[in-house]
Amino acid sequence: MTSVATQLETAYRQDYGRILASLIGAVRDFGLAEDALQEAMVAALESWPVSGIPANPAGWLAAVARRRAIDRLRRNAILTRKQSELQALAEIERQTFSVPGAEEPDEIPDERLKLLFTCCHPALALDARVALTLRTLGGLRTEEIASAFLIPLPTMAQRLVRAQRKILDAGIPYAEPPVNQLAERLDGVFAVLYLIFNEGYTATAGDTLMRRDLCEEAIRLTRILADLCERDPAIGPQAEALGLLALMRLHHARRHARVDATGELVLLEAQDRSLWDSGEIVDGTQTLDRALALRQVGPYQVQAAIAALHDQARRPEDTDWGEIALLYGRLACMAPSPIIELNHAVAVAMARGPEVGLALLEQLSVAPALERYHHYHAARADLLRRAGRTTEARASYEQALSLCQNDIERRFLRRRLAELTGHEKTPTRM
Amino acid sequence: MRYALLIYGNEAEAQKMSEQEMAAEMAGYNAFGANNQASIRGGEALNPTSSATTVRLREGKTLTTDGPFAETKEQLGGFYLVTCDNLDQAIAIAAQIPAATNGCIEVRPIMEFN
Repeated sequence: MTSVATQLETAYRQDYGRILASLIGAVRDFGLAEDALQEAMVAALESWPVSGIPANPAGWLAAVARRRAIDRLRRNAILTRKQSELQALAEIERQTFSVPGAEEPDEIPDERLKLLFTCCHPALALDARVALTLRTLGGLRTEEIASAFLIPLPTMAQRLVRAQRKILDAGIPYAEPPVNQLAERLDGVFAVLYLIFNEGYTATAGDTLMRRDLCEEAIRLTRILADLCERDPAIGPQAEALGLLALMRLHHARRHARVDATGELVLLEAQDRSLWDSGEIVDGTQTLDRALALRQVGPYQVQAAIAALHDQARRPEDTDWGEIALLYGRLACMAPSPIIELNHAVAVAMARGPEVGLALLEQLSVAPALERYHHYHAARADLLRRAGRTTEARASYEQALSLCQNDIERRFLRRRLAELTGHEKTPTRM
Repeated sequence: MRYALLIYGNEAEAQKMSEQEMAAEMAGYNAFGANNQASIRGGEALNPTSSATTVRLREGKTLTTDGPFAETKEQLGGFYLVTCDNLDQAIAIAAQIPAATNGCIEVRPIMEFN
């Protein structure tokens, strides 16, 4: 029994997205496809302990789910005589029965790219795209997504239902975008995956700094995206997909060192670098090399290169801040944003001294946009502290605290503030 | 699928257009119509909202008020009815409507009763 449950869980984790993608391809209805797959899972729990685990569990699930979908469509079609459903039914039956050995097809057609582009369609709200991607391709349950994003279950369930309705009603195609829209649409997919990773990396609110499941899910989905693009002749290898994958892995490599035993945030310079995942760093760096070899530089690759430079430094003082500052400068040209300007100023400060960095921060023409951003005030406070300007540093820490929502980050800021107040005479550790 | 492409723009700005600008805009719409003949099923331009009348029936009484239902920065100025395979095609057509450059186009699927 346990092994059936385990096998089923494995098939679910590995193949859910793929089975669902092919089902949606056949029935063009997210809700119907999900229900049919759910029924197939229940059927597996009933029949596998009796008749044994099939040789190809995923194929079995796909075939049963397809049959269940047919049953439902047929019932609906008879009830309503709906032309569209009758057509879908004819199509799905043609697909199912024209395949020899359709009882347990070896190869489920891989339509996950279509599914990914559909879930990340710009006609859907961003939060809906994120939820839908996790639910359909990630196979996450609605309650898992709701708790990961700290949103009540009914709200998340409604968000998913609305998104699925919109796909159907608005006629969002289940297709890869035409070539002239590919770059733009890929950017949209990257944004969703990056957002999932970031949500896992630093919680925007609450007491959990990292939700590693989300990070790992984002990495898994990005790898799938990069692979599928590479295998698709109409799309081909995408440097930025690999760049995004490298960026995630190179950050994820530091996960064990980012929070200490008591759950407190540890800054990069204070992290125990022996806790960094060297395998992940090697893999991430190789992925970045593959991306760079394609010679289509983009912002994700530059960010990954910055992360790689940090990961390669054995001690904080070995960090190549000069190179990092250059890369941030380049990034600021590619994708101008106040946050990148801020990071640029910090890197310059590390390379050429806190006063130089502070001067850059003052100059930031975009500073008003940063006023409400706690990282800006925390970074400024840190530079002021390093420059020995304690009173100003304290004011900046207090401003950062008043804006920060994450409990762990707040505790860190309070600690820094207490250090400043308690040991004004002793030099703070670098 | 059938879609309504609803054209929203700033009327006040449009009324300030010179004759030359008007002619250029008309030429733009004519070109749009010619390029998308295969998809366009119909469409009209509307007179400005200053000519609009809003009607409500409440407790058996017809209430008539001057002007559009809601005062907005951009007003509905016209529409096209198009037939497309999917939303992506409708978006591609909507993006070619001249008003897309300064106003916006709302793409609404037509509800089909069958």
